[in-house]
Amino acid sequence: MTGDPLVILRCEQSEPRRMPKIKYIEHNGKEHEAEVPEGWSVMEGAVKNMIPGIDADCGGACACATCHVFVDDPAMAAKIPPKSDMEETMLDFAPEIQPNSRLSCQIKVTKELDGLVVRMPHSQH
Amino acid sequence: MNIAVAKEDINAARDAAYALPLDKINVAQPVLFQQNAMWPYFERLRREDPVHYCAESEFGPYWSITKYNDIMAVDTNHQVFSSDFLAGGITIGGGQANQDPLPMFIAMDPPKHDIQRKVVTPVVNPANLQYLGPIIRERAGKILDSLPIGEPFDWVDKVSIELTAMTLATLFDLPQEERRQLARWSDIVTAAPGHGVIDTMEEKMMEFQRFHGRFTELWNDRVNATEAGGDLISMLAHNPATRNMEPREYFGNVVLLTVGGNDTTRNTITGSVLALNQNPDQYDKLRANPELITSMVSETIRWQTPLAHMRRTANQDIEFQGKHIKKGDKVVMWYVSGNRDETVIERPNDYIIDRENPRRHISFGFGIHRCVGNRLAELQLQIIWEEIMKRFPAIEVVAEPKRSYSTFVKGYERLMTVIPKRN
Repeated sequence: MTGDPLVILRCEQSEPRRMPKIKYIEHNGKEHEAEVPEGWSVMEGAVKNMIPGIDADCGGACACATCHVFVDDPAMAAKIPPKSDMEETMLDFAPEIQPNSRLSCQIKVTKELDGLVVRMPHSQH
Repeated sequence: MNIAVAKEDINAARDAAYALPLDKINVAQPVLFQQNAMWPYFERLRREDPVHYCAESEFGPYWSITKYNDIMAVDTNHQVFSSDFLAGGITIGGGQANQDPLPMFIAMDPPKHDIQRKVVTPVVNPANLQYLGPIIRERAGKILDSLPIGEPFDWVDKVSIELTAMTLATLFDLPQEERRQLARWSDIVTAAPGHGVIDTMEEKMMEFQRFHGRFTELWNDRVNATEAGGDLISMLAHNPATRNMEPREYFGNVVLLTVGGNDTTRNTITGSVLALNQNPDQYDKLRANPELITSMVSETIRWQTPLAHMRRTANQDIEFQGKHIKKGDKVVMWYVSGNRDETVIERPNDYIIDRENPRRHISFGFGIHRCVGNRLAELQLQIIWEEIMKRFPAIEVVAEPKRSYSTFVKGYERLMTVIPKRN
């Protein structure tokens, strides 16, 4: 899959159901789009599609900050449940933090998030 | 190396570990770590009693948390499992009657922990790492170019300590001539008197005094400077959050940054040479594809687990995995065991430099106390190996390593090696 910016995850069901599309933008501007099943996290959508830029060292436990992303669109950001105390704290310790920073393991993919765009920081700490 | 002898030792250790009644198992024995004989004890605990109570040890009673996911659960529950230095701090030996505990942010709970941690984190931000990279590379090159060819030398002394002490001196903005003194102080902090590093407690205290004195001078120097430097001491001295902290608290944080920024990376550099020698097929793989250095570094950090444990103290009664942990109980998260948890990591005892998920290890801890310097540690390992591969076809281990007498710092005092030739 390397070199192909457009990575589509195939649905295993016989009658494929529309899956929310998430766009991931690497720090260098390279874009990746993936269809991510509802219920997955935005982090899983990246890791399972081998999209670089999200490390997810803790595997989705909100226990590190290596799946840090920026959600630029305020309308989209409003559709994501607010940060827990733990997410707030873990982000607080990470570099390059902005008000629209989120841990992508804490963003659950729903129909409402179809078209979500997340940008990644320079590096994951 | 005589691998047959090593295997015999492992079998003897396994027999000993399985012969004991479960409640008599005490993994917190520095000698087990020095002999590398702790593995079967942890293996048994993971299988038979993953949250284990040991009633008697040289450190008093304590709980052992041995499985990856349980460690994660304790590490991320800082509301219940406290790091407070007044409760005993973050090592199994902390809080004993004869000690006067040092405050440092790793041994604090929120909110103070968070405030102080944030003061020093910029030292390892992406921009600073970019700045440090070329400096570390130049030093690594010089160190490697000065090594003897065809004759035995101690890798710990000539490479691991040198490189990491140089980096640490830079982080403190200390003259490079003082780097070995800094490394020595780092060793003193965690060393048990009478086991190689230092002979008596009196000597330890005397060296500690000098350590304290030197860093008091540095503070006075930096705090009075009109312009704040980018080094750790200046950061502490000029940030309103830490500028007025008690001298003891300043020194505690210096101790933390010294040990955290030094022993761990040093021992993992040594561990990488040892692991590749014990697994020559992996060394071949690395030579064939140097791009594997990045994943080899993560795999080595898992395999080595340079800090064997972190300790917490329960600040309330809690039921955990069916066990009743009482308020005030000492809870030890054995990272060294979590990193060998066969239910989470495939073939955990094998060193596999291209394993699928090399970053899935617990060596940096998780939650609010997760290692601040993890990326700097990885950077140093990455660079030293890139420079090694440019220069030497092989580094050969020629004797069993001398391991540290500690249940906390899992490391090496000596690793004799030979470099047969240059590329």
